[in-house]
Amino acid sequence: MADLVSHPDEMKVVSKRFGLGATNIDRYLELEGYKAVQKALGMQPDVIINEVKNSGLRGRGGAGFNTGMKWSFVPKQSPKPKYVLCNGDESEPGTCKDRLILEHDPHAVIEGVMIAALAAQSHTGYVYIRGEYRYLSVIMQKALRDAYPRGFLGKNIFGSGYDLDIYWHGGAGAYEVGEESALMESLEGKRGIPRIRPPFPAVVGLWGGPTVINNVETLASVPPIISAGAEWYANLGTPKNGGTRLFCLSGHLNRPGVYELPMGYNLKKMIYDVGGGIPDGRQLKAVVPGGSSTPCLAADEIDVATDFDSLTKAGSMMGSGGVVVADETTLMVKFALRTMQFYQHESCGWCIPCREGTDWLMKTLARLHSGGGLKKDIDNTQYLSENMLGRTFCPLGDAAAMPTIAFVKKFRREFEDHLEGQPCAFEANAGVERLPVLT
Amino acid sequence: MGFSEEFEQRFAEMLKHYPTKRSVLVPTLLYAQDEGGYLSDELIAEIARRLDLTELEVRNVVSYYSMLTTKPRGKYKVQVCTNIACMLRGGEELFQHCEKKLGVGHKGTTADGLFSLEEVECIGACSWAPAAQVNYDFHENLTAEKLDRVLDEYRKLSH
Repeated sequence: MADLVSHPDEMKVVSKRFGLGATNIDRYLELEGYKAVQKALGMQPDVIINEVKNSGLRGRGGAGFNTGMKWSFVPKQSPKPKYVLCNGDESEPGTCKDRLILEHDPHAVIEGVMIAALAAQSHTGYVYIRGEYRYLSVIMQKALRDAYPRGFLGKNIFGSGYDLDIYWHGGAGAYEVGEESALMESLEGKRGIPRIRPPFPAVVGLWGGPTVINNVETLASVPPIISAGAEWYANLGTPKNGGTRLFCLSGHLNRPGVYELPMGYNLKKMIYDVGGGIPDGRQLKAVVPGGSSTPCLAADEIDVATDFDSLTKAGSMMGSGGVVVADETTLMVKFALRTMQFYQHESCGWCIPCREGTDWLMKTLARLHSGGGLKKDIDNTQYLSENMLGRTFCPLGDAAAMPTIAFVKKFRREFEDHLEGQPCAFEANAGVERLPVLT
Repeated sequence: MGFSEEFEQRFAEMLKHYPTKRSVLVPTLLYAQDEGGYLSDELIAEIARRLDLTELEVRNVVSYYSMLTTKPRGKYKVQVCTNIACMLRGGEELFQHCEKKLGVGHKGTTADGLFSLEEVECIGACSWAPAAQVNYDFHENLTAEKLDRVLDEYRKLSH
């Protein structure tokens, strides 16, 4: 449904079957499908894990943890069943890549889950898809139904003697559920509130059993690694940041779209070359490089390699690969407020620093935005944000705090311009509950 | 109150996929809502009964998920995204246009029961912003004119 784009710098690994009709299982087989899992069936679990570890594949959901390492934490012997859970609850603002993978190549996701299951010696996998993506649930359910009669799933897969079932599961609208422990709660039929860790899901996960949880894009990256080797994949990217990534370019760009580029691709080039630059010759103001949770970069900070380590060094994060570009017409107070409205809405309310922090931040930003703020409100946003960091069960509190700190630090002048009865030009739109306007 | 055959088949099938009955709850609630329009007291009681849960346990879950509702909504739910990527490309203006066109605000329903309007968070259409969903259908790269045409199509569909 969503339009596909392309650029000569693209390196198609995960997106190689996009637009080629690979939702059809026969077509998928023609396009080298289900070969990697058959290769993996002939490998020892440790060998699979090492291969993925050495490929430098890191979690594409946002945390960027080495995938093979994550798999290695699953205990070999477990009295309880082990599970693989594919996280397709994509809802980080700025991110729309898992949607394309599930739409164009659902069998690649299934194959990735299968290989993860072999590595962890699990016999049950789930693919969780957010409720809004109903058409993708339909596609996934059909893909699973098609795989069973071929003997790819179920008892004795590919005649190997190994049993493996994979099921679909659906959400019903909740950003928080994208967090791995909340995801498990949701799959168990509960409110999506996070669990305290340790124990980590690899040890105690779904129904108390060891559970491997990976993002859709992460799992779709696994079959090519098994097929072509860890070294090949690692060499596509930068040291410790193997492979390619689907970057979702959005905002003020001439050619927004989802592009698969090698890890470490220069952000400036991504914006001006791949994304076609900013419309009407306007100037860049800020870039959110990895989804709304990541601190923004100012226009003079974008000459940076987009991999996990380089963006961390630049004071931001690679996150989920959602690159949101804001030009000079963007009002940063407004941008900060809209971001916080989102986190306030999505905070599950389990931890007080997040529940109260996001609410106070939203109200404070709304007051600043409407021109009724006090000078100390600006510092208060920093104080509130800093006190949320690291004080919550899950990263949602950090995700709300980190970008706010960066917005105020990098665009403080704009916040100061809103003081003393200077409402934003967009004031009429701010229909949120707010603190009383002080005069 | 009866569910469609498709619902019953899916429900029976899903129960086999998990070690606990309650695990089917979230997707089941959404499918039940799709059939009933909203989660009525009756629907909630029925699902609670089937899964050996109390009604309170089910309501606890219903109140958490933003797509689930215990109030009747219009036949077509118009959900306009105004999160950052859509905001930068006119998502808020699009939402305001809908408010004017439909004569209702956020979470409002038109008098004829045809349309409900909602301002929603990121729906995963950032690269094709601004975007909206009508029920489960995505409509992307929208303008006010394009959205008007989309709404007219749904209006025709209802006749």
